[in-house]
Amino acid sequence: MYQYTEFDRAFLAERNRQFRAQVARRISGSLTEEEFRPLRLMNGLYLQLHAYMLRVAVPYGSLDPVKMRQLAYLAERWDKGYGHFTTRTNIQYNWPRLSDVPDMLDALSEVGMHAIQTSGNTIRNVTSDHFAGAAADELDDPRPVAELIRQWSTDHPEFQFLPRKFKIAVIASETDRAVMKSHDVGLRIVERDGARGYQVWVGGGMGRTPMVARLLRDFLPEADLLPYLEAVLATYNRMGRRDNKYKARIKITVFENGLDAFRDEVEAEFPHRRAAFSGVDQDWLAEIRARFVTPTLPERDAAAYDAARDADPVFRAWADTNVSAHKHADHGIVTISLKAHGETPGDASADQMRLVADLAERYGHGDIRVSHAQNLVLPHVALADIPAVHAELRKAGLGTANIGLASDIIACPGMDYCALATARSIPVATGLATRLEELKIEHEVGALQIKISGCINACGHHHVGHIGILGLDRAGVENYQITLGGDPSESTAIGTRTGPGFAYDEIVPAVERLIFAYLDLREGPEETFLQTYRRLGMAPFKSALYDEEARAHAAE
Amino acid sequence: MAREFTPKVVTANALIEGDVVYLAADDRWVRDLAEAELLIDEAEADYRLLQAQARAGEIVGAYLAEMRAGPDGPKPTHFREDFRRKGPSNRFHGKQADGLSHA
Repeated sequence: MYQYTEFDRAFLAERNRQFRAQVARRISGSLTEEEFRPLRLMNGLYLQLHAYMLRVAVPYGSLDPVKMRQLAYLAERWDKGYGHFTTRTNIQYNWPRLSDVPDMLDALSEVGMHAIQTSGNTIRNVTSDHFAGAAADELDDPRPVAELIRQWSTDHPEFQFLPRKFKIAVIASETDRAVMKSHDVGLRIVERDGARGYQVWVGGGMGRTPMVARLLRDFLPEADLLPYLEAVLATYNRMGRRDNKYKARIKITVFENGLDAFRDEVEAEFPHRRAAFSGVDQDWLAEIRARFVTPTLPERDAAAYDAARDADPVFRAWADTNVSAHKHADHGIVTISLKAHGETPGDASADQMRLVADLAERYGHGDIRVSHAQNLVLPHVALADIPAVHAELRKAGLGTANIGLASDIIACPGMDYCALATARSIPVATGLATRLEELKIEHEVGALQIKISGCINACGHHHVGHIGILGLDRAGVENYQITLGGDPSESTAIGTRTGPGFAYDEIVPAVERLIFAYLDLREGPEETFLQTYRRLGMAPFKSALYDEEARAHAAE
Repeated sequence: MAREFTPKVVTANALIEGDVVYLAADDRWVRDLAEAELLIDEAEADYRLLQAQARAGEIVGAYLAEMRAGPDGPKPTHFREDFRRKGPSNRFHGKQADGLSHA
């Protein structure tokens, strides 16, 4: 993967030196909070309900053992022994002291990491496919392009004060594992007539006005990427609304002006931007590519894997959900669930982080990924080694067999931590997972994505959950709205609200009714929840949610 | 008719630790809501908030939080303030674990 150059290290050291001085001036009283707040946000430092929170960028979700061990060190040295992996593939520390943050940033810089542009109205951490470099269906590894965008966007002087934050995702396959069409700009690497280029999607997003991205450019030649992105950003910077925070994202700019008018403006700007690029960016891209070589995977006999599957039903159940096909048939992609039933989605202890680092080193060619679904991935493991990996994971509480199942829930931190939240998310997720484990039905239920947000900003991706849950404050009481039919994949869809919301102690039983209704309604085990919903529509699910509730009330 | 004033406390986050603090009657910042000064007069509450906001070297984001009087001091009327008073519900961290004593 990409390793920092002398330029990167010097830049980061200077930024950290500046921030250390800014923190000192805030503590000494030379800076007011109003002056300090934008400075700390530029460096990923939030103030939440109970403490500060430091959000560390994990560019395109890629880590190596050295970085992962340093994240574990930060968790133990300056936090409470754990970190929280987010839906933007970042990691958050929930308990740092202001005076410790400069040391934390210095420790991160030792391993080529930082918290820059993890907040503010800037281009945020670029996300990608967590199976990049390993998936059989990809055209190319999308991460070098993501790294090029990271370098271009970091501290880009023109785009430090956009109307609102800006999120970019890059994928390289038709299958979308990165929720690409829910990004401000989504890029898909494609090939046409033997030439590489990009499909450019614009104006996707969640939040209070969820929208699916629309196709801005069907084929952008490879060398035009950065000048074209500059044209898009410059157009948005100029046309985007600054009078209303809730109408400031590019999705609203595109929606209000129309896609064609927006495209015309971008195309008019593009030649000016193109002329300013000498082509040096393509040289950089070539250099970056050289650092992302997929490891040479030796031929390995997979017999041990097959034998373990036959001999151990626990291993087989886990392998069925947590191991995905690798482009090399004798290897597998291992997804490590951070969704043990009853535990906080996305949390990993320092010990768990170190174990994952060790396993990556021993069995996984030193490659670790963070997925937007708040799990970790070892993308290149020989099938023959997977039983040993599983045994180690189980000992550390990381052996949960639930990837893609109902308890593999995305949940934002919600009101347990977040100052913006209107209700809790985590206890709803843990409550649901615990209930599913009691019922022992999730393997029978099969593919089902439940996503929970604790406020309308939708960090928990509820709009694209097959079952989405949105926590709100209704007259001083937590209330949870359900949406159905959302889809985070390449056939992206926004879910539809079922009707009135449910109280905190009603939401888990309500989702349970939905799941049992699905089991009754499906044509067979091969028909997924989403397919059943698409075949039958809202009515039978609505009936399961509300009619039974009405009957229960009537019986009281 | 003017609406009746709901009692308030002045609350904020500590500058260094970032944790929740409340203003006590003797002007100390306290970690335990029970020790906070319950303000039952609107003008007095506004005045105490201004005083708190002037202490920008100690705290961040002072505001008035609605409370009702209880036998053991102020009690939150809203669940958000109840979480601020205790800590997160998914882990035994924050005030519930700190013993509240180190103000």
